[in-house]
Amino acid sequence: MTTPPDARGILEHGLWSGNPALVQLLGLCPLLAVSGTLVSALGLGLATVLALTCTNAAVAALRRATGRDVRIPVFITVIACVVTAIELAMRAFLPALHAGLGLFIPLIVTNCALLARAEAFASRHDPARAALDGFAVGLGFLLVLLTLGGLREAVGHGTVFAGAGALLGLPQLEWTLLPGYRGFLLASLPVGAFFLLALLVAARQRWQARRAAASARSRRAESSGETEWPQ
Amino acid sequence: MAEVTRNALRGALTLALVVAVGFGILLGLRALGAERIAAHERDAARRALAALLPAGVDNDVEADRVAVTAPAWLGTAAPMAVRRARGAGALRGLLVEAVAPDGYSGDIRLLVGVDAAGTVLGVRVLEHRETPGLGDAIDGARSGWITQFAGRSLGDPAPSRWRVEREGGDFDQLAGATVSARAVIDAVRRTLQFIEAHGAALAAAEPGERLHFSDAPPPADGGMP
Repeated sequence: MTTPPDARGILEHGLWSGNPALVQLLGLCPLLAVSGTLVSALGLGLATVLALTCTNAAVAALRRATGRDVRIPVFITVIACVVTAIELAMRAFLPALHAGLGLFIPLIVTNCALLARAEAFASRHDPARAALDGFAVGLGFLLVLLTLGGLREAVGHGTVFAGAGALLGLPQLEWTLLPGYRGFLLASLPVGAFFLLALLVAARQRWQARRAAASARSRRAESSGETEWPQ
Repeated sequence: MAEVTRNALRGALTLALVVAVGFGILLGLRALGAERIAAHERDAARRALAALLPAGVDNDVEADRVAVTAPAWLGTAAPMAVRRARGAGALRGLLVEAVAPDGYSGDIRLLVGVDAAGTVLGVRVLEHRETPGLGDAIDGARSGWITQFAGRSLGDPAPSRWRVEREGGDFDQLAGATVSARAVIDAVRRTLQFIEAHGAALAAAEPGERLHFSDAPPPADGGMP
């Protein structure tokens, strides 16, 4: 077995090199459906961070007891149980939070990033690392959701954080960019989310390609420097 | 026993154990929280109720209620609460719980307040699972869409215009969530028609009585002028 990844590596993977939305393209259904406004993006994102952290930890805790053949059904059962438990507990003990996030919790189950992380990471590492991985991947998902949500809301409705008063109790966050803006329906619809996500993925790829080219150039310069200098 | 069989048995046992434990935890959690969840739901219903009450009501609206089963009018085969608001002995309004069964994602539970003249006092969404960011705009906590019903009645607009603007009606559709909007508009219209047809019986029934109505509203596009 290779050495287990360190915390830094896990965070970097979740947020950037293995970002679930931009690189792995996992969980597109909730990502596209619920990124219409910043507030709902934040709601789904937070619920995902919470659920992914818990499911990853639970799967990792059970990893030695799980046989190879039945691991997928076991993971699915564990994920369904943990997500349902989160919803029940939130409903009973944090009703105000449930009023805001409640609608998003059932959507989490449609996020295949949960099963992907359970299989690819949590089933091979200890619960603490798995929880950190869940947190990192969830956070990566949250950041992409916020970017999409912010752009779609600004272009589609001309507002920022509309509805923050109702969900977060922070009405001072609400902004209207252009009073009288009629809205741009395409950005509000999932079709527009597809376009925007494609642009984000393309931007990331371009940045990545430039960086790779730059580091290749500097390596070439270094190595040519090394070969030339002694002569 | 062959090793393959043993492995399969072991896998099946693991899975059964995980399912049993998970099921147990969820059952326990539900039992633990059931009372609190019910209390929160009652609170929410009470708040919605208080917001819809007309002025000058002096009876205990919560106690003055009947259980009404009217599948074709109220959208569900389950008995729904109809509360009567009275002032100085006269009926001031009816607060009807109704269901819009044709939302985008399951039932939408509504509370419709109607005054004695048949004018809508207000509508509140008690429970729904519409898509966040699209259909959830029907919820008064997310947008003001639901307030457009206040002050309307069956004559304003005519029943055939109780639909979204896109279909020739008088009510705002929600961009990207016409299904949710249509479901709520239809449910409010049916509730008004129900009160028009059976309001007297609803008001006259003893508190706690159970009423059954098996008739149905006239079709929405019945060619009324």
